[in-house]
Amino acid sequence: MKKEIPLAITFITGLIIIVTFFIPHQPLGTMQQRLLLWYSIVLGFTMLLGMDSLLRSNIQKIVRKAPGWPFALVLIIGFLGTLIAGIYTWATSESLLSLGSSFMYVYTYFIIPLQATMFSLLAFFIASAAYRAFRARSLEATLLLITAAIVMLGRVPVGVEIWDKLPVMQDWIMEVPQMAAKRGIFIGIALGTVAMSLRVILGLERTYLS
Amino acid sequence: MKKLFMVLTLACLLSPARALEPPVDVKAVDTPNDEGSSITVSWGRSPQDQGDATVFKGYQILRAENDKGPFVEAGFVICGKNDFRDNVESHKSYYYQVRAVAFPDSSNAVLTGPAAATAQWFDSSRTNVLILTIILCFLIIWYIERAKKGEELFIRKIQGLDAIDEAVGRSTELGKPIMFSFGLGEIKDIVTVAALAILRQVAVRCAQHGTELLVPNWDPLVMAAAQETVQQAYSEPGRPDLYKEGNVSFLTSDQFGYAAGVDGMMLRQKPGAVFFMGYFYAEALLMSETGHSIGAIQIAGTTAITQLPFFIASCDYTLIGEEMLAASCYLKRDPQLLGSLKGEDFVKAFLIIGFALMAVWGTAGYILNNAGNPWMMNVFQAVKNWFITG
Repeated sequence: MKKEIPLAITFITGLIIIVTFFIPHQPLGTMQQRLLLWYSIVLGFTMLLGMDSLLRSNIQKIVRKAPGWPFALVLIIGFLGTLIAGIYTWATSESLLSLGSSFMYVYTYFIIPLQATMFSLLAFFIASAAYRAFRARSLEATLLLITAAIVMLGRVPVGVEIWDKLPVMQDWIMEVPQMAAKRGIFIGIALGTVAMSLRVILGLERTYLS
Repeated sequence: MKKLFMVLTLACLLSPARALEPPVDVKAVDTPNDEGSSITVSWGRSPQDQGDATVFKGYQILRAENDKGPFVEAGFVICGKNDFRDNVESHKSYYYQVRAVAFPDSSNAVLTGPAAATAQWFDSSRTNVLILTIILCFLIIWYIERAKKGEELFIRKIQGLDAIDEAVGRSTELGKPIMFSFGLGEIKDIVTVAALAILRQVAVRCAQHGTELLVPNWDPLVMAAAQETVQQAYSEPGRPDLYKEGNVSFLTSDQFGYAAGVDGMMLRQKPGAVFFMGYFYAEALLMSETGHSIGAIQIAGTTAITQLPFFIASCDYTLIGEEMLAASCYLKRDPQLLGSLKGEDFVKAFLIIGFALMAVWGTAGYILNNAGNPWMMNVFQAVKNWFITG
């Protein structure tokens, strides 16, 4: 029964989702949105599960003095600080997003700059990955290097100055060979998704049940 | 000459301005293929509507429950448009009047109605999807049945999946842990379900070799599923004692917070192998480049097309799209699962042949069309439209 009930739920839910795609009549028409709403509610509660896991594993690190335990301490202080600011704002302001509130202060002056820093680092990581990927070690890598050079130069004003046909070549590369490869991958993913979904609905794929 | 000019000017000034003409051929019909919540009003544009908002404002749509009124404004559509979808109560009749507005003038079209919104039992715009889904499902189930009967099915090698043992083995030899990330996928994403199958295989190998497995998560539901999967996998070779719940943990639901957390773990704990399996966004390269910098074997798999080039550039092996979704079949080697893969391949072959034929047909149609014979092009367009509708 431990396996059969979840499999039956999966089969029925999967069938409902498929049927609602083709039948707009009520009650089926809005069933998919309703199921997604239920999913959001469940997800909200699982946040508590996540918080429990986060705090427990980091507290253990501090207690055991595991390597890098001061980072765990910073994380817990940051977590509690944001939580306190959130509760205080919730109790004293109209909304958590009220301008000038302590929660917005944390969001504006800590979270946004940290996110921006991480995203800015991406440029450096792209440069280092591109350096490795574009080394002309083989015929394929050389072709990649030449194509990438045309695409990059074709997209910037200096490319036109070098040769006015570069933007035309860039457009052709993006619209023909690149698009063909991309669509091929897309079709493979779409078919794979249908096949995998069918396996899940029919109970052949049970990995999600552990 | 002077007199003639004065007469013409006077005539121009005294002649009446051209009256604002109302929209024509107004129709109000039940919106097709919906759940019975709207009526679509359409009309032919007024001749004065040339798409210039400074001259012609647009159309005011008035609605009433009977033809005598009172009419209330249901909406306003800017110039250049000729239809409006009005959300109304189901099974109730309504009358509509469309008014052309060119400030300060306005002109009413003939009243239309009654029209009522009703729900449809089948969305006819999705007939093509239904037919293709039935064909696809039939082929997959047919191949599964053939596999059940014991037919041997060939499946090509997937290097990324074969490399799992190599990655775990090397990590074990180095005495380093293994890291597994699902990226920002949710449990409702099919790619996350596929990643769970790979996690199970990795966890079984880790349990066999006594290697530590770290699974930092972005989504608490995925974390719960991953904990179950790893725990179960550790029991399989009889090593449940090695399972540590804290190793399969939640980090944060913030994208770059998660990337920073995973990077931090990599730099501190220096895993010997890193798996990126699931759905990824901009954090993909941040994490995989960090993994590369610590010298870990990296195996990635995703259906996120925009992130695939980054994984290919920075990882040792990359499972591209469908390979990732085929992982559970490939790893388990269960005949029924392999049968479903075979069915998928058959559909793919069918599509490739179809695309090739359409390309030839379209090219020939284009040439003939230019020579004044449009029938081939018309058929090509009809087939193309059938596929893109819905």
